[in-house]
Amino acid sequence: MQDWPLWEIFIRSKNGLSHKHVGSLHAADEEMAIENARDVYTRRNEGISIWVVESKHITASSPNQADSLFDPADDKIYRHPTFYVLPDELKHI
Amino acid sequence: MNPHIEYLLRIADNALILGQRLAEWCGHAPVLEQDIAITNIALDLIGQSRSLYAYAALLENQGRSEDDLAFLRDAGEFRNVLLVEQPNEDWAYTIVRQFLFDAFHYYFLEHLTRSTDVHLAAIAQKSLKEVTYHLRFSSEWMIRLGDGTELSHQKMQTALNDLWMYHGELHTPDALDIELQKSGIGVDLLAIKSLHSAKIEEILSRATLEKPASSWMQSGGKQGRHSEHLGYILADMQFLQRAYPGQKW
Repeated sequence: MQDWPLWEIFIRSKNGLSHKHVGSLHAADEEMAIENARDVYTRRNEGISIWVVESKHITASSPNQADSLFDPADDKIYRHPTFYVLPDELKHI
Repeated sequence: MNPHIEYLLRIADNALILGQRLAEWCGHAPVLEQDIAITNIALDLIGQSRSLYAYAALLENQGRSEDDLAFLRDAGEFRNVLLVEQPNEDWAYTIVRQFLFDAFHYYFLEHLTRSTDVHLAAIAQKSLKEVTYHLRFSSEWMIRLGDGTELSHQKMQTALNDLWMYHGELHTPDALDIELQKSGIGVDLLAIKSLHSAKIEEILSRATLEKPASSWMQSGGKQGRHSEHLGYILADMQFLQRAYPGQKW
């Protein structure tokens, strides 16, 4: 059991929304990962769809590069569409 | 006892006692994920028993509540099969017991959705969704451990050999089963028997487990003749209501 790989779990809470990372768990294979995710993360009606991916397949950005990756966006206020009036019917933007 | 109510109690008691057994794993299962999975199943079963007890209490109309039926009957009044009261022992016993029960429960509920008792049919309909998952869960663990390592295979085979004699009671009709089937409320257990047996054969073969040769089956639970295990389960489960009658959350 200690050799079970780690899986990252993504849950779609309802239609129209995207899958969102909710946590990680151990499982022997993808089938078991789905079942475990169902039991651990959707007991309270949290989801309608589950994605699992083995953690080793995720490549993360390095915290050391955070300055060069993200800081340049700090002073580009004009990239935020705050100057538009959105119609009420538009959701999830 | 009214046969209709006794029939409901058989279904409810199977769910309650197995749910109580599975709940013993809470905080003790091999890994966190299985701890949550097995206690989810326990809660499903206890929820099913509540609907059935509430309905039985309503039909009975003697002023007893669903809680009275669960917590204030003694072992001889319980109508669950012997299989569900067998001890957890280890994960192999728990999974084999669960699979033998789920494979029956699934087909039983499927047929029960066509009961002439519409209230019972509705409870069966709701339970069937849960039990479809239970069967998938226990089948996969049967295969995973049966067709796993040498040790896991041997543990599963031992559990299967020990529990085998208790699975026949599920699908063997007695006079009450036949009476309820004739009135259209109950299901035809002989039809369930062939589905149950076929499912068991399919999963055992995929799990590379050998079907035990003995065809002798223990029975008695449905008539209230239980193994010593049930008394201990009830002592745990009923302690609070016996010691503090009427205590509520």
